[in-house]
Amino acid sequence: MCGNEALAEAAIIAGCDAYFGYPITPQNEVPAYMARRMPQEGRVFVQSESELAAISMVFGASATGKRAMTSSSSPGISLMQEGISYLAGAELPAVVVNVMRGGPGLGNIAPSQADYFQATRGGGHGDYRTIVFGPSSVQELVDCMILAFDLADQYLMPVMVLADGILGQMMEPVVLEKKTSRELPAKDWALTGAKDRDQNIVRSLWLKEGALEAHNNKLQARYEQIQRDEVLCEQYEVDDAEIVVVAYGIAARIVRGAVTRARAEGIKVGWIRPITLWPFPTEEINKAADEFRIFLNVEMSSGQMVEDVKLAVAGKTPVAFHGRPGGGVPTVDEILDKIRQLTLRAKIPV
Amino acid sequence: MTGKDFYEEIVIAGFGGQGIMLAGKLLAQTAMRAGKEVTYMPSYGAEVRGGTANCMVVIADREIACPVVSKPDSLIVMNKASLNKFGPRLKNGGLLIMNSSLIDSKPELDDSIEVVAVPADELAVELGSHKSANMVAIGAYLQKREYLTPEDAAQALPETIARRYHKMLGVNIEALRKGGEFVRSCCGV
Repeated sequence: MCGNEALAEAAIIAGCDAYFGYPITPQNEVPAYMARRMPQEGRVFVQSESELAAISMVFGASATGKRAMTSSSSPGISLMQEGISYLAGAELPAVVVNVMRGGPGLGNIAPSQADYFQATRGGGHGDYRTIVFGPSSVQELVDCMILAFDLADQYLMPVMVLADGILGQMMEPVVLEKKTSRELPAKDWALTGAKDRDQNIVRSLWLKEGALEAHNNKLQARYEQIQRDEVLCEQYEVDDAEIVVVAYGIAARIVRGAVTRARAEGIKVGWIRPITLWPFPTEEINKAADEFRIFLNVEMSSGQMVEDVKLAVAGKTPVAFHGRPGGGVPTVDEILDKIRQLTLRAKIPV
Repeated sequence: MTGKDFYEEIVIAGFGGQGIMLAGKLLAQTAMRAGKEVTYMPSYGAEVRGGTANCMVVIADREIACPVVSKPDSLIVMNKASLNKFGPRLKNGGLLIMNSSLIDSKPELDDSIEVVAVPADELAVELGSHKSANMVAIGAYLQKREYLTPEDAAQALPETIARRYHKMLGVNIEALRKGGEFVRSCCGV
């Protein structure tokens, strides 16, 4: 299955009740698949008239206690930012998939990782966060989708799954099954008709003095808990490494190819691969920086996650960067060359 | 050609309408059925009939790192433009399967590269289906590489192509075999 179809089927397995979306390359297989499968399951599929409408439909469906999602690619996700901010403010669960393409503007349809800032910093207004996954294989994309629906319901917030054109289009064997099963809070806040109970109100507007500050403090407490409990990352041969490569998503697959070859050449190199981009594996990277090691950050952008890596390293050791913007995809050779150059620097601690 | 070190990176290229994506998917499906690790990556976007099309397949006996192939071990090209584009990227010691029906000149490549010229269009036309040239090429490739056989691909075909085309299964399976036979007879494999 291609990544786009696999993530769509994963949403169905996760119990997604409603999909709303507007077509855009390179994620068109998602709405196409959902258009066929959701009615078969007796669930809702709507091709909306715009991305703004799609995210607002997600808001509406979620407010009634149903599991809802949308998917798009970079320019479409920009259009959805208002709705995502409202979902965060109103404490509504939702899953938003961004199959990233080159930007800024309409950009191109090539794979990219240039929406890291937008995803992890909350591209909309206000003091909010979204949980962000950056899977690097079709199987992990499936697993993250299923987990995303659970986390959205548990923490009452939008969760983003950040893929890219390669991951969406490529095919890999996958096992489609629900592995996680969390105990989730009852949705007693949902708008289901106030028969025999008090009225529920879903809102993001808090005008009374101090009310919005209190609301924000509540959200922040939740975000702190997520940072403690929900970080996911993978480490490989970091213990004896003189160089640690940090990359996520499809860039991490290319890095894996380069690291394998570098190890074969006798270079002591390992990697740390964030699976959740927010919460970021700050502690794991900080700990790895206790020894003198050169960090190399590889991204398909001009350098976005590298800022989080630098914050995590906290000045303890140098952080180098290699990136390809605008839909460029780094090659294994390119990264291997960079690793070789850095080994020369690694011999002379600054 | 199997074992822990087996790691084969393949690029298949031609023009839109030659069944390039299907050839790649068939290879991936065949390898998956044989229990191998596999990735398939299509070129995507503005593909139309007559335009260029290519896909990348990686087949291995260990976890696959990168699905994007920059230097293939094997290259299957169905037209001249694809040979010009991807030929220089072939690894030394690699394998080139080229559709000699549409490529008249001998490619200028490193001596270490093995070149198998298969008249894929002619062989497919002999079977009565010019559209099956892609299958001839895959049959030839598998016969040459030997880690899987044209028969393995024939078995994977029904689950690779859409049900509405299943009436074409027979001729495509014949085309896979024909590619294999061609390699056996011409290259003494």
